[in-house]
Amino acid sequence: MELYEYTVHELIEKLEKGEITSETLTKSYFDRIKEKDNKVKAYVSTLEESAMKKAKEIDEKRKEGKPVSKFAGIPIGIKDNMCIEGTKTTCSSKMLENFVSPYNATVIEKLNKEDLVYLGKLNMDEFAMGGSTEHSAFFKTHNPWDLERVPGGSSGGSAAAVSAEMAPWTLGSDTGGSIRQPASLCGVVGLKPTYGLVSRYGLVAFASSLDQIGPITKDVTDSALLLNLIAGHDEKDSTSMDMEKKDYTLSLVNDVKGMKIGLPKEYIGEGINEEVKQAILNVAKKYEELGATVEECSLDVGKYATAVYYIIACAEASSNLGRFDGIRYGYRTEKYDNLKDIYRNSRSEGFGPEVKRRIILGTYVLSSGYYDAYYKKAQKVRTVIKNAYDELFKKYDLLLTPTSPTTAFKIGEKTSNPLEMYLADICTVPVNIGGLPGMSIPCALDSKGLPIGFQLIGKAFDEETIFRAAYTYEQNSNFKENKPTFKGGDN
Amino acid sequence: MVRDDYEVVIGLEVHCELSTKTKIFCSCSTEFGGEPNTHCCPVCMAMPGTLPVLNEKVVEYAVKAGLATNCSIEKNSKNDRKNYFYPDSPKAYQISQFDKPLCYDGHVTIETENGEKEIRIERIHIEEDAGKLNHDEYGRGSFVDLNRAGVPLIEVVSKPDMRSSAEVEAYMRKLKSIFEYIEISDCKMEQGSLRADVNVSVRKKGAKEFGTRTEMKNMNSFRSIVRAIDYEAQRQIEEIENGNEIMQETLRWDDISGRTFSMRDKEDAQDYRYFPEPDLVAIKLSDEYIENIRKSLPELPESRKKRYIENYGLTEKAANFAVSSKYYSNLFEEATKICNNPKTVGNMIMSDIARILNEREEEPDSLKFTGKELGELVSLIDKGTISSAIAKKVLEELFNEVKMPSKIIEEKGWVQISDEGAIKEVVMKILENNAQSVADYKAGKDKALGFLVGQAMKETKGKANPQLLNKLFLEELKK
Amino acid sequence: MAISKEEIIHIAKLADLNLSEAEIEKYTKDMQEIIEFANTINNVNTEGMGETIGTNEKVNVLRKDEVVEFGNRDGLLQNAPSQDEGMFRIPKVLN
Repeated sequence: MELYEYTVHELIEKLEKGEITSETLTKSYFDRIKEKDNKVKAYVSTLEESAMKKAKEIDEKRKEGKPVSKFAGIPIGIKDNMCIEGTKTTCSSKMLENFVSPYNATVIEKLNKEDLVYLGKLNMDEFAMGGSTEHSAFFKTHNPWDLERVPGGSSGGSAAAVSAEMAPWTLGSDTGGSIRQPASLCGVVGLKPTYGLVSRYGLVAFASSLDQIGPITKDVTDSALLLNLIAGHDEKDSTSMDMEKKDYTLSLVNDVKGMKIGLPKEYIGEGINEEVKQAILNVAKKYEELGATVEECSLDVGKYATAVYYIIACAEASSNLGRFDGIRYGYRTEKYDNLKDIYRNSRSEGFGPEVKRRIILGTYVLSSGYYDAYYKKAQKVRTVIKNAYDELFKKYDLLLTPTSPTTAFKIGEKTSNPLEMYLADICTVPVNIGGLPGMSIPCALDSKGLPIGFQLIGKAFDEETIFRAAYTYEQNSNFKENKPTFKGGDN
Repeated sequence: MVRDDYEVVIGLEVHCELSTKTKIFCSCSTEFGGEPNTHCCPVCMAMPGTLPVLNEKVVEYAVKAGLATNCSIEKNSKNDRKNYFYPDSPKAYQISQFDKPLCYDGHVTIETENGEKEIRIERIHIEEDAGKLNHDEYGRGSFVDLNRAGVPLIEVVSKPDMRSSAEVEAYMRKLKSIFEYIEISDCKMEQGSLRADVNVSVRKKGAKEFGTRTEMKNMNSFRSIVRAIDYEAQRQIEEIENGNEIMQETLRWDDISGRTFSMRDKEDAQDYRYFPEPDLVAIKLSDEYIENIRKSLPELPESRKKRYIENYGLTEKAANFAVSSKYYSNLFEEATKICNNPKTVGNMIMSDIARILNEREEEPDSLKFTGKELGELVSLIDKGTISSAIAKKVLEELFNEVKMPSKIIEEKGWVQISDEGAIKEVVMKILENNAQSVADYKAGKDKALGFLVGQAMKETKGKANPQLLNKLFLEELKK
Repeated sequence: MAISKEEIIHIAKLADLNLSEAEIEKYTKDMQEIIEFANTINNVNTEGMGETIGTNEKVNVLRKDEVVEFGNRDGLLQNAPSQDEGMFRIPKVLN
């Protein structure tokens, strides 16, 4: 077995026992990247030199018997919207193509403390706006299970890299499903933590009230390990929750007896692919076999979540992206005589079409005369949706839905119709609207050999129950035996 | 100045930089000046991914300002984004407050020609200051310095209650004085830490509706504000009299030409697209928090004035003057404690100190000496060590260099001559040289005595003890 | 209530974007579809409902007033397209 095939918890053991070194481990990933990434195209930039140097340092420390974190020397890939001091953070945008961050994101500070090794920065939809990674300004990422298909998005690079074993685990960000949907389409585990659990400081903002950073991993155990590393209060993020630190690995218990799981009927009905629906019902059956009760329920107002999401997310984005003006950093047009030209031409040339579309939508819903009808109304409907979740969680410990209504679609299939693309988020978006935690866990392959994921939604700050249920499912199923085929790699 | 049949209506938005140590949303220093972009960090430079965290002192200071201006305090407040593109605003939005300002519905009282008048305050909210654009003369462009970006401000919005430039000046001086008393700002207008957007309109006297207003932004001297209002009111009246309509617009006041100019580059109607700042959380203030701040407020001018009149026997005029600035008031109290002569101290502040400041074109905050020096100075007069004429000279010296007055008079040899023999010599000499005045006095012209005393003072360079001088002259003249 | 081309032009101006004729056409059509979809939220009864402003219920997150110098001006200026004497350079603007 190659080193890159192991999960992180297995690698930690091998490092601690001295069976492997960080240097050989890190090198195995760069070899793998050289072998596969010309087809998958998950990385925007690799950090081979600094990674190898760091790996050797950690090995030295271990050899000398100096105290090191058990995670020391474990490689990781980072979505290219999180800032690492002294390296490029592009957000897959022409606007930030050459931007070098002068500071570290809080999650990076936390990973630095544990001496993790950065393999590189991962491709995404420009500024995290999209669900297919086709909106990267640089290149499209391909799904390792079928290279003609999208890996999902916006954290498509992060999910594809784990799936193709070009990183043992990665960080993604999720505003409306950007961790869970690509995890589902790539057959890996993706967790969007509760809003406020992980600091957003240093994550280039898309929509401030919805964005969360989370782990994309090969299995549930690694997900808990990585969440342990990144969760926690940060005084630099006013919206980060000040609460006692938890050890999520304590929830990795193979037992769901007595657990109550709700199955909202709206997500196994119209608009959901038949094979996906069947897979979810099989998961539900499995949970019942394992001793949980699964009951059909309803989240009727959930159908408005996508509209609410696009209004709120785009409004916030239109404001968050105002700072890209070609003055302090980022792309500056060559065509200017005056200040207004710098603003308008830099922004028009530096942003891609989807980003501009969302800035226009967001500006529109905030503009004079429309604010009450759209933004304010959406914030009220958001309250209605949150209340509906609260009601459901009085009865259930978890909700079970598909992560994506379909499996991976073909590259180019949906780019011409933005609204159709937006509707691909129906299962994941309501979770961000509610600020709740949600995880996608792979459960089956469809008839085309493409992965299907199911989503578990928990109460706010109750990631533990998700971990317990997800771990139990994983221990009692065998999706892991499937590996991506890298088929159809002609284009 | 303004025609009798018209009335000027003025409302003010006063911006006041708070004297916190750090910026409103990051830990950078608020210190004025410094090399460009050195009081900056990723947050106030709006680097991608950064987030604001509110400074607790900003909330405290704003609540202080609200309580000191009789405002109600909003217990459920929040921050909002005001979106606009300009190079001094690095995020392309200013974090401000829209519909839930921290303070609302207050007022301050000003003194006018016709007695006291209440100016209502609509609201006080917190927000961040913008950066600074520097321009060079060689056409190389403009240069953005973000040291000031993120310095905390309060914006005090008045109702359109002022009716003359004099009232505006009195109102601004009042706010300045209050903010100095409660120590939330250094209020240095020349550094821009106190400045105002001035809204001016005119209407025929008796009209019910307001006229269309124009706005002059960022005015930072009393003199300019007064001139600009007088000019703009006159201009509007002339436009109306010529049958033209006033355009609602932002004007730029040019101090050199003494005119206002239309700012044509801001032609587009602004749409700030305010919405609640999602990177910050709600501000909820408890009654206890508000009451603790209320208790911590220092004694405010109104109460001090009452005390000065009742306990110290100052005249209304002297008391008003003494409380018009924290610097005067503190000087008064400290000096009085030392010399126990409030009346002389009060008069000295109102006439001599104010006059010298005026001559030097300085504000009371630039006073370098304290009540310790002033108190000793008044004691020296009371003890007869110096005359009040010499005291004035000592005061002038104090503006140049802070030293104890006793030391100054010793160095300068200004000690009063109270030796009867020495003064008698002078008196005899003056009488001898001014036979005419002596004759006048004896013929019943009392004024002549004043002349003779004056001559003797001149002779002694003001050092003769005036009481003694008077006494000796009278003795000699009666002979 | 369909969105007009003129509105898109106005919105683009507010957002400081220059749109080509083709972009205006495309975004007008997209916006009409998206806004029609967004209008479905009007089917939700929100009477007496407050707005969700913070995603969680935190209040009063305040920082102590203590100076921490960042101290790396070069790092802050390194990405500037044009700079001079420690400042960001832009075309001359009137105050």
